[in-house]
Amino acid sequence: MKTVTLTPTKQPELILEADCITPDTFAGKTAEQIAKLPVYQGKQDCTLGEFFSVAGGAGATAADTQIMIAGSCPKVKYIGSKMSAGEVVVNGDTDMYAGAWMKGGKLHVKGSVHSFCGLGMEGGEFLIDGNAGNYLGASYRGDWRGMQGGLIRVKGNVGSDICSFMNGGTLIVEGNADVHIATHAEGGKIIIKGNVRRRIGGQMVKGEVILFGTVDVMMPGFKYVRDMEMEVDGTKGKFAEYIGDLGERHPKRKGETVYGKFYQKIKA
Amino acid sequence: MTEYVIRNGHLFDPLQEIKGDRKDIGIKDGKIVDASDVSSSAKAIDAKGMTVMAGALEVHAHVAGPKVNVGRWYRPEDKLFNSRKNSDATRIEGGFSIPTVFKTGYEYARMGYTFAMEAAMPPLYARHVHEEIHDTPIIDEGALPVLGNNWFLMEYLKNKEIENAAAYTAWLLRQTKGYGIKVVNPGGTEAWAWGLNCLTINDPVPYFDITPSEIITGLMETNEFLGLPHSMHIHGNSLGNPGNYNVTMDTLKLAKGVKPRNNFGRKQVMHATHLQFHSYGGDGWGTFESKAKEIMDFVNKQKNITIDTGNVTLDETTTMTADGPFEHHLTELNHLKWANVDVELETAAGVVPYIYSPNIVVNAIQWAIGLELALFCKDPMRCFITTDHPNAGPFTRYPRVIKWLMSRKAREAQIKAFKNSDKVVGATNIANLDREIGLYELAAMTRAGPAEALGLSKSYGGLAPGMNADIAIYNLDPKKLPTDPEGIEKAFSAVAYLFKDGKMVVKDGQVIDHGHKKTFWVDVKVKENKQVMHDIREKFLKYYSLNEGNYPVPDSYAPHPHVIALDATTGAGSS
Repeated sequence: MKTVTLTPTKQPELILEADCITPDTFAGKTAEQIAKLPVYQGKQDCTLGEFFSVAGGAGATAADTQIMIAGSCPKVKYIGSKMSAGEVVVNGDTDMYAGAWMKGGKLHVKGSVHSFCGLGMEGGEFLIDGNAGNYLGASYRGDWRGMQGGLIRVKGNVGSDICSFMNGGTLIVEGNADVHIATHAEGGKIIIKGNVRRRIGGQMVKGEVILFGTVDVMMPGFKYVRDMEMEVDGTKGKFAEYIGDLGERHPKRKGETVYGKFYQKIKA
Repeated sequence: MTEYVIRNGHLFDPLQEIKGDRKDIGIKDGKIVDASDVSSSAKAIDAKGMTVMAGALEVHAHVAGPKVNVGRWYRPEDKLFNSRKNSDATRIEGGFSIPTVFKTGYEYARMGYTFAMEAAMPPLYARHVHEEIHDTPIIDEGALPVLGNNWFLMEYLKNKEIENAAAYTAWLLRQTKGYGIKVVNPGGTEAWAWGLNCLTINDPVPYFDITPSEIITGLMETNEFLGLPHSMHIHGNSLGNPGNYNVTMDTLKLAKGVKPRNNFGRKQVMHATHLQFHSYGGDGWGTFESKAKEIMDFVNKQKNITIDTGNVTLDETTTMTADGPFEHHLTELNHLKWANVDVELETAAGVVPYIYSPNIVVNAIQWAIGLELALFCKDPMRCFITTDHPNAGPFTRYPRVIKWLMSRKAREAQIKAFKNSDKVVGATNIANLDREIGLYELAAMTRAGPAEALGLSKSYGGLAPGMNADIAIYNLDPKKLPTDPEGIEKAFSAVAYLFKDGKMVVKDGQVIDHGHKKTFWVDVKVKENKQVMHDIREKFLKYYSLNEGNYPVPDSYAPHPHVIALDATTGAGSS
């Protein structure tokens, strides 16, 4: 695997839209060619080289390409969006839409990410060492296709509206989450190791939310079913199982109605 | 104004029966002239090896107004990764199935279209429709007010008061700057206000004591009483339901014996729109099948009917119609987001996104039905190509539909690509149809035919001297059609040249000028009718949420009108 190193040389005055920072776009290009890739600052056309120094070179394919961003990019959007293979490592923060519509490969942000990251993600692995903003793993505004597959793991806390319209894949949050979790979900799995506030699984059709900590207010549309032993992300324990959202339509499978599931860890 | 002379092109003009002959034509003062009548300073366009046709006319599309805008605001995802930067001549474009007004105008022009009919204008929101029409560049446009569920008309027609219905219609066309009579799910949309529908033409409309059949017949009579340029334009009952072709046949039969009366050269009394959605057999989705042949056998014989196809293009799109109950039915089927808009005494619309997938048998059968309608048609002057934009697909896919119609090879490739092609072939006739539509027939289906049906064929849809200089030149040699059908799609996607009112507006597929678009509407003079004026005043006082004085569309909303004035005071159909 060959490595391209991008070092931030200038922070953009506005927000930089850099959907070219993916192994797929970089593949087969030299450092000079990569520096000439188009990025947008507001309505201005710019090049990547105006904001980053580019060293190394890309592999022949996306899978053979690693992108190292040696610095923080809190004002750069779309890093690793739509990537299908290869690896991107960011030594710092990113702005919105990092890992959005990602199909494969690995994206590792060592700092925090802003909102709308991992949007509609289809596959691959997205690691965030810091915190994430709102709408992580959700669908784009108006769309009904949220996270479809892959794995997102956040070491810190996340904002609100995570995994709205989730259809598949897994999100693991090691910290706390704000309101609105898995709204309209029709599949997928969310594991939250910290605490949450309220409105989990509103209008949820299918899918799972597993909570280790506390919830301020439960949704009235969820009903307690039973206690059960489970192993979740390497932790064994006893969980209370709820089904819902009972106010929403639910499909039938082999004669059985399929519900959204909410599990809360029972304190030993 | 710059004069032009177009040399060496192959002309296709069904109005003059020119079938690909090499002939020069001139353009002077916005009109087509004989090539010898231009001055020596005229700019020459070499159209050698190219196809020359009149600008195409869109007979049915949803391109302006409140329900299109509901689609735009509730589907931001339709614009995602789908915008185009402005060039020196154009504004930013965005959207796929519900493009911005600018993109709408540009895309029609790039395909060689110079006119589009907005197919459903809610009279109460006519101002919004005209604002968007005004902002849509290049193409001329008109709009059909929806009248099939209108309280006034249902009351007049129940009592067979055609003269009152005509007086009200004339008043409404003037208030809304409308072009003609549109009917959507007659009676059914009104029934929807009570959570009901009219699924046959004999279901009574709740509280109005009238049936869809009486509404349709009454509006055809009203249309011919006034002698409007276009016929009654109908989206029938029971759209989209398996087995609905029986309802469609009943609807089409209502045209029997009705005679066109007008001074525009229009020969039909009924335009049945997006027939693809109305030509279904079977008694459920499992037995869903094509009845296009049965429908077209009737249409071919019944010469006072025109139709358009409503071709499914196999895209993700946004359905929108003034058939409120249908859209609710659709959201129950696909569980995607639903918007509903009720329009007081007039109509109700719904909007739901829809994905026509080649992997779903029903969608593939719908694709086949749309093409079969055109391929079974014996008179291309009465069968027009549409996608009921955006309902069966975006209008920007016309080049693809044309490719499927012109090339059996392209159809076979698509049939092969379906997930369950054997089931699709079993439920349709598409695999047995050898017919390939030629350029002359295509010119009838997209130019001469729609122009005649809209009552515009004196000045539009042809290439005769004296006609409006709306001319499309395609990079397509009729003597050497591309062996790869993709070449056909490519040629129709981007005109080599488009002239609008004699001005070059597109060159090599690039928009270079915004032209001078006009809004077409129909102003009919009728005898003074105190009864109708009284009814209008009373209904505004009792039921409408606004005053009568705020209802009309001011002239400032259509600052570049093309008014078709006619006089219906001296008897039916005169002008």
